[in-house]
Amino acid sequence: MLVFTLRRLSLFIFTMLLLTLLSFSVNFLFPGEAIINLTGAINATPSQLVELNDAYQTHRNIFWQYLTYLDHIINGDLGLSMASQSDISTEIVNLLPATIELSLVALFIAMLVGIPLGFIAAIKHNKLTDNLILSVSMLGYSVPVFWLGLLAILTFSISLGWFPSAGQISLLFEIELVTGIQFIDILLSDSPYKWQAFSDATAHIILPACVIAVAPATIFIRLARTSMIEVLETSYIRAASAKGLTFQQIIFRHAIRNSLIKIIRHVGLQFANLVTIAMVTEVIFSWPGIGRWLIESIYQRDYTAIQSGLLVLSCFIFIVHILMDFIYAALNPLARGNKHGAR
Amino acid sequence: MAVLQMNYLKIITTGLLSLLFLTACNEEGKLSLSERSVIYCAEGSPETFNPQLVTSGTTIDATSNQLYNRLIAYQGDENKLSPALAKSWHVTRDGKKITFYLRKNVAFHQTDYFAPTRLLNADDVIFSFNRVLDPEHPYHLVSGGNYPFFRNVDFSDLIEDIEKINDYTIRFHLSHADNSFLANLATDFAIILSAEYAEQLTKQRAKSDIDTHPIGTGPFKLKEYRVGSLIRFYRHEQYWQKPAQIEQLVFDITPSNTGRLTKLLAKECDVAAYPIAHKKITQRNDLSLEAITALNVGYFGFNVNKVPFDNKLVRQAISYAINKKTLLEAVYQGKAEMANSLLPKTSWAFDESIPKQEFNPTLAKTLLNRAGYSKGFTMDLWAMPIQRPYNPNAITMAKLIQSDLNKINIKVNIISYEWNTFLQRLKRGEHQSFLLGWSADHPDPDNFFTPMLTCAATHTGSNTTFWCNPEYDGIIKKALQTTNINQRKKYYAQAMSILKQEVPLIPIAHSKRYQARGNNVIGNILAPFGGINFYQVAKRSLTNKNTAAEQRNQLEQNNTNNTGEN
Repeated sequence: MLVFTLRRLSLFIFTMLLLTLLSFSVNFLFPGEAIINLTGAINATPSQLVELNDAYQTHRNIFWQYLTYLDHIINGDLGLSMASQSDISTEIVNLLPATIELSLVALFIAMLVGIPLGFIAAIKHNKLTDNLILSVSMLGYSVPVFWLGLLAILTFSISLGWFPSAGQISLLFEIELVTGIQFIDILLSDSPYKWQAFSDATAHIILPACVIAVAPATIFIRLARTSMIEVLETSYIRAASAKGLTFQQIIFRHAIRNSLIKIIRHVGLQFANLVTIAMVTEVIFSWPGIGRWLIESIYQRDYTAIQSGLLVLSCFIFIVHILMDFIYAALNPLARGNKHGAR
Repeated sequence: MAVLQMNYLKIITTGLLSLLFLTACNEEGKLSLSERSVIYCAEGSPETFNPQLVTSGTTIDATSNQLYNRLIAYQGDENKLSPALAKSWHVTRDGKKITFYLRKNVAFHQTDYFAPTRLLNADDVIFSFNRVLDPEHPYHLVSGGNYPFFRNVDFSDLIEDIEKINDYTIRFHLSHADNSFLANLATDFAIILSAEYAEQLTKQRAKSDIDTHPIGTGPFKLKEYRVGSLIRFYRHEQYWQKPAQIEQLVFDITPSNTGRLTKLLAKECDVAAYPIAHKKITQRNDLSLEAITALNVGYFGFNVNKVPFDNKLVRQAISYAINKKTLLEAVYQGKAEMANSLLPKTSWAFDESIPKQEFNPTLAKTLLNRAGYSKGFTMDLWAMPIQRPYNPNAITMAKLIQSDLNKINIKVNIISYEWNTFLQRLKRGEHQSFLLGWSADHPDPDNFFTPMLTCAATHTGSNTTFWCNPEYDGIIKKALQTTNINQRKKYYAQAMSILKQEVPLIPIAHSKRYQARGNNVIGNILAPFGGINFYQVAKRSLTNKNTAAEQRNQLEQNNTNNTGEN
């Protein structure tokens, strides 16, 4: 296990180095002066510029510049947003949790819906149910998310009036920002309307989370279906069946656990996909997350925000990846012996 | 391990079920909070929280009537001046000394950043006006030192001194009698700030906070402002009148038109500013659309210093050649009233007897012939580049005018500059003719006549027609010096008939301001001039849906009845 951990850690460090190298070199490729792209200080006076040049060691060679850049990042200094002139790291700290919250809820919904459906499809392999589930999943996979989002707003917010169409919580509730994860903040707050706020936040998250969940859910359906079919064909299932176990016993005691392990390995991969979908969905549902912020920065040509945002987001996705690897390894002893880092 | 698996499933299901249960049981409670609050979908962020500093409608909407009071206010349908912070006032016979007697029970806001120790007194009033008038005042230059409204009405020339007679009595000494002075004091701009708060800020060396963290006497106090996102107001419990009926007022800043519409339809906001898709709103029986003809005018003006518009006949000819009806349909989409004179119908000085402008190209041609332009001519028409309430699309309007005038052999070149350049160049008189408009700051008709067309206004740059007529000026001056309303009305009718003859500008439309709201929101919000006001707003529970409209009518009646007493 120690070797496994070390391998993942070294993989993480090297990937981060590459990512920072990319975001560093991008500063020279964006239009405008590199130091301004790097710091976002568009209104800097000449004396401030001298200070900044000094802080980023621009008079030294490119390698030193890169090292000082790394030093700034490690100390949490991501520069100023060119559009709003506010500190990017504080903005990210405020916005990222909202995206994490939305993505996790969506992931949860996708797994909760997708995996059981996939299992059912596998158990009813090549029957009507199987075909039905597969075609529905095909449909869900091919619908573009922005269209689905607008359709959901039109149906559930405007026509039926069941769910709100925008934001994280009704503006009436004042929830102090502690962790950034809305539900935790609500529970921590001492507002007299705590439970009203909780249910209001729940109503707000359902629609965007479901829209995000559609595409990953269809993938989970297929993953679950394939892995269940594979497991059902293995010899130990046949042995169990020969021992006289009932079909239910076979499925619940043996088949589910073994096929789940295979799916978990893909959850990390799916998470990256899901965050991308979440970014678009945040714009549609005015969700105050990092996705909406990044897309706005792209509109405003806010280069500092774009590169820092991308760096933080990819770092976050990578951490989730590694966490998933650990969970997989914990559940499946075979994986721990694996000699190669990347999977 | 398999058993464990089952347990997980159980936990998840119970969790989900309890979540649903929680949501269900709190539905009733949620109504109670939202019943006590109103969310307003606003079209933009305010620039500041002090209306003295601006003329922008968005800022006035968010601040004036919510956070502050004035010495006197307009009340009722006829917009009569009535007491506000001053319980009464007295004007000397020569009209040059005006004494105000203040109320003694007016409390300032108590907020996270300021705790008042005293009630409103004469010092606060003097502080508020001296900040604007006295260039040496310690707060004059805070936030830029620019007070556009007060500069336009020449307050610093008019007011010679403000005298404190005792703690609750102050006297304004004017340099000359001016009937619009009281009207100007009742506008959204002439608000009263707290002198005690200013002292505290001076000590804290945070003077500019006076405009960003406002303290006033109004029915609501500021709780929170997130730029570009929301403004949260709480009710001012110690308000000198009955406290507002809603506890919380939230401005949800939604610049996108479709965004506001969606939020309105999805019930995320109770009231929405400047709604689009009027049909969609009127179709729904839980929403209603309101309109009010604003005190403004969109017009087509001429620079009378430039050939050929120095000739009255040419100006008259053009006024007959323009089809206002098509302009109204194409540019305002029916959301405006046709303008016949400077004043809209809602003004008390509106004169029915002025004949309607007819559309008559043949008469126009005859007039042009008489003026010696039988072969026509080429002219420049300056169209404003941005959308304003009085003219939502000047470029389209210019194109329609172009085709109208083409029929009487006048070739029109349309010219447009960036908004600030446009205004600067207009002031310098570089134009031949132009499309512009005027929104009144207060209901006194003088607010149209003096700043738009007097000789004095040609120097300050607000009369860009450069038309200067001593007879007209004399009438306007006389109208300001009498207090007899019927006499004033006669003077303004005379002035309007001069304009009809002289045509320095062609009034085109008085636009309407629209607002949409859920039927459960009752009470007046819109006013024909100035900012919106949420003081009288209340909410009815959704269960009485059917009777909501009735209740609203009733309450509106009550409100108009009440206003007489205040």
